[in-house]
Amino acid sequence: MRISRMLLAGTAGLTLMLSACTTDAPDDGAPGGEDGAGPTPDAEWFDRAEYDAQLAQREITPEGSPDEPWLQAIEPEWTDTSEFVHDSPEDATVCFSNASVSNPWRVTGFITMEQQVEALQEEGRIGDFRVSDAADDDNQQISDIQAFVDSGDCDAIIISPSTTATLTPAVETACESGVPVIVFDRGVNTDCMVTFIHPIGGYAYGADAAEFLVDNLEPGSTVLALRILPGVDVLEHRWAAAQQIFGESELDVLGYEFTEGDGAKIKDLVSQHLQRGEVDGIWMDAGDGAVAALEAFEDAGRPYPVISGEDELSFMRKWDEEGLTAIAPVYSNFQWRTPVLAAAMILDGEEVPAEWVLPQEPIRQGELQEFLDRNADMPSLHYAKFGGEDLPGFPEAWTDR
Amino acid sequence: MSAPPASPPATVRALWARTGTTGLVYLALGLLLVLSTLYVASRGENLFTTANTVDLFTRSSLLGFLAIGQTLVILCRSLDLSVGYVAALSTVVAATVMAGDPARVPLGIAATLGLAALIGLANGTVVTWLRVNPFIATLGTGLIIKGYLDTNFQGPAGAIPSAFQAFGYTRIGVFPVSTLVMLVLAGAAVVFLHRTRTGYHMYAVGGDAEVARLSGVRDRVPVITAHVLCSMTAGMAGLLLASRFGTGSALVYNNGYELEAIAAVVLGGTYLLGGRGGVAGTIAGVFILATLDTVFNVLAVDPFVKDVLRGVIVITAVAIYARGRPSRSAVRVRFPSGGPPPPAPPSDPGAAPAPVTSGTEGGGR
Amino acid sequence: MTETPARRSAPPALPSALGRGGTATVLLILVLIFVVIATQNPSFFQGPPLMAFAKKAAPLVILAVGQYLVIVSGEFDLSVGSLVGAQVVIAARLIDGEEGMTLPVIVLMLAFGVLVGLVNGLVTTFLGVPSIITTLGMMLVLFGAVRFWTGGAPTGSLSEAFRVPGRGGIEDLPFLGQLPWAALIALALTVGAVFLMRSPFGRSLMATGDNDVAAAFSGVRVRRVRILAFVGSALMATVAAILIGGYAGVTAQVGQGLEFTAITAVVLGGVVLGGGRGTVVAAALGALTVEALFTLFNQLYLPSTIQPSVQGLIIIAAVAYAARRGDLRPPGRPRRRPDHEPEREPGTPRR
Repeated sequence: MRISRMLLAGTAGLTLMLSACTTDAPDDGAPGGEDGAGPTPDAEWFDRAEYDAQLAQREITPEGSPDEPWLQAIEPEWTDTSEFVHDSPEDATVCFSNASVSNPWRVTGFITMEQQVEALQEEGRIGDFRVSDAADDDNQQISDIQAFVDSGDCDAIIISPSTTATLTPAVETACESGVPVIVFDRGVNTDCMVTFIHPIGGYAYGADAAEFLVDNLEPGSTVLALRILPGVDVLEHRWAAAQQIFGESELDVLGYEFTEGDGAKIKDLVSQHLQRGEVDGIWMDAGDGAVAALEAFEDAGRPYPVISGEDELSFMRKWDEEGLTAIAPVYSNFQWRTPVLAAAMILDGEEVPAEWVLPQEPIRQGELQEFLDRNADMPSLHYAKFGGEDLPGFPEAWTDR
Repeated sequence: MSAPPASPPATVRALWARTGTTGLVYLALGLLLVLSTLYVASRGENLFTTANTVDLFTRSSLLGFLAIGQTLVILCRSLDLSVGYVAALSTVVAATVMAGDPARVPLGIAATLGLAALIGLANGTVVTWLRVNPFIATLGTGLIIKGYLDTNFQGPAGAIPSAFQAFGYTRIGVFPVSTLVMLVLAGAAVVFLHRTRTGYHMYAVGGDAEVARLSGVRDRVPVITAHVLCSMTAGMAGLLLASRFGTGSALVYNNGYELEAIAAVVLGGTYLLGGRGGVAGTIAGVFILATLDTVFNVLAVDPFVKDVLRGVIVITAVAIYARGRPSRSAVRVRFPSGGPPPPAPPSDPGAAPAPVTSGTEGGGR
Repeated sequence: MTETPARRSAPPALPSALGRGGTATVLLILVLIFVVIATQNPSFFQGPPLMAFAKKAAPLVILAVGQYLVIVSGEFDLSVGSLVGAQVVIAARLIDGEEGMTLPVIVLMLAFGVLVGLVNGLVTTFLGVPSIITTLGMMLVLFGAVRFWTGGAPTGSLSEAFRVPGRGGIEDLPFLGQLPWAALIALALTVGAVFLMRSPFGRSLMATGDNDVAAAFSGVRVRRVRILAFVGSALMATVAAILIGGYAGVTAQVGQGLEFTAITAVVLGGVVLGGGRGTVVAAALGALTVEALFTLFNQLYLPSTIQPSVQGLIIIAAVAYAARRGDLRPPGRPRRRPDHEPEREPGTPRR
């Protein structure tokens, strides 16, 4: 008797806890108009105008030399920077607030950036280069930016925001200090910075991948989507674009899974889907663990799917070895060079694009071999379009980490 | 540990032990500040520029909120692994309730702290009445909140009116308002622990729940109270984060705040098994971690080396306290009027980290 | 040290009585989950899917057995997730695709595992640092050190031979298809641990977790026993790393969060945090239950975002239920025990 009473109390306790979580917050949330977004993330993340713009940008030939894609810009609106001219750029301090180096894409990019900095320092175009790493903690990054501003030592501040919305106030503070601010990769909800550098964007990435699957699969084929995490805007945009394109196609999307980019989890999830039926295509929002997904097909004795990965070398090498039908969408890693170059240009009073849209082209079958040859010595978690081949530290800086 | 803490001389002794450890922690903090200043100076930088000082205080305020509450829970021999998730939920609740309207600020604060209190009540209830180990109970609560946040908020939610953003950004001289609020809260917690019956009972329950119960303490009340207060300070942390972000961000839970808060509490000399320590020490622990972070930042230490150093320093510090504790209490018993201070421990904390650092770091590779 | 056949005939009465209760509970939950999976997807029980499940679950079973050794002695090991990650990265970097390096590197990994376990154990017992803090620190140290060593992202690659235990198996069996090595290794280690727990060492371990003061009085070398438990856990994590690396190759996120999953698994098996209660088999079944639960979520097409909530509810409920069953125990809520001081000289603690 006593035990069952206790169990009852237990259930009540759990119910209490659940209700504490599920009833209060939505009530509270209603005025904000943000709740109820659960089942249709695309509604929250899909911006038709931006989507159309990005898809169109893929077709536009960027200004600048194709040999230096990190200096190219799509439809730039040049902005004057003469107010920021520095008398002796070789003494100018450039400060960089980095969100993190917590994944291979960021690690590769940061190495490229450091090499670019060295090259610029030798040319005397910038002086000291200071870095704060926030380890993916928004609050930390706000403090980091604040510290740069308060120190008064920075002649230019480069920011790679860890999250779009939350870093907006901090970026505004940095702008108000009168120092030129350069934002790259993820954006912020303000246009106070001198230049915002980014490749075309998440919609274009997701669309490149999805269109390839639509083109290379028979109508009625099944597609499984593998996603890293919810709630990260650059990743959500990729999925929103894919949903849009799959919705207009005759492909049957089995669903999506969050994998945290963990190979074991990816392999397990794909294996389970294979147990229940055919999977003809795999769409990924980032290439991490693409090889694990493919191995699930090998281990189940199934033919390889049509797959979209990323320009990560482990995937591209697998693609080449197995002769897959695949595409490597690219979120241009060479964008890590551009901000320091932009800083040097601004300190020199050169014009820069207010929104500096870098080219972003997927790697297709035709270019596969070329990119594999160019990166033959690189480690497997390296990104093919890292764009550092002409820097003095190449290739040791990337191969001997 | 197994000394009966309920008898009057033991209470006196416990008080001595408590202030003793706290003194040691502050000594460690002082030494750390001196050594860091010297070291940073030797590298041609200045640790106490306005920028760095503000940075140090700002770092300490968020961790401070989380650690104050965690101290209460740990004193009761419990643990709260859900604070990071509660803080994340709180940013979202605060931002959606306030919805950018300055008039709704009080409502937003009330809703946030109220919800946090309910979560704490649930934690406390599960721990005391259902007798679920606090490690599992609060891990479970954290997972439940994570699922809720992931399902319902796939991005920033709501907006914080600029009036409330002031909480995160205003400062008086080099003192951020949030740090002052945190210190006031810490003061209140100290008074609560030392001047109220529930506060005393927290020490009693944490020291030995059995003895506490036999001596008439209703042992569940202090534990539940501690959990409620702990969740509410996590709610405060969430409010601070929201005011700095200008919006609610569910992804905050990824930052591992719960483990950092526990580290701060333990660094502050609070005994992980309950019954000994206090908020004053915790604040020193928070400042130790914040100082380290600021120094790492000034010296641009590799982010991965930071993790290694943090791990080594926390272990080293706790090892030093553990060394110091038994010998000191023995001294106190025999020389209640103070007697000769134990010579070894105070000189250790500053000097020891360096050699041990290299040793264990080598082991890590 | 581990084998004393003469005494094996008389298994200790108390743990088996309580333990059987815990084992029965977790077995019931496991069967229940499998039944639901069967209703959703009858083909799950057709050999190959079941073997795929076993292959995936094997590393967690091994981690749970390792974590069991530590938990039953009254401690925690939060460093196993980081250790798995570190070991996989070490393997990839040192092997770098060369088949000949496979065995030497595996030996080195095992040695590194022993070292990590020793450090955890020594710091916890001799320096008196609570194991939660020791292993939390170790988690940070391993996480940072390995990334610093490889420049932030894993480099190198694993050899084919290294991947065999995690990926391969005995092929072409009737009905089953492939019988994975991973499952056999997990089974062997679990059985080994069962015998270990019946040996004098196992009794000492159990006694230490139950009441280390009493254990010390009765002649158990409490510190040595605990240090060995940490070494055992680190070794198990190393084997798990070999299997996980073999199963899915190298990714930057490998191992993350596994410590909490392993502790959850052990606790689901009815093993009491704080030590002295529970069986190896229950811990292993707990691990299978956790994996089965993830599979079930997947089979039900439960949105992956809601899964943590369900997981959280289930572990609280399971532990609350186990705590009810534990009413026979001395009054007072189950709690973490003093992890260090009492093991000074027998005699001093009581004063």
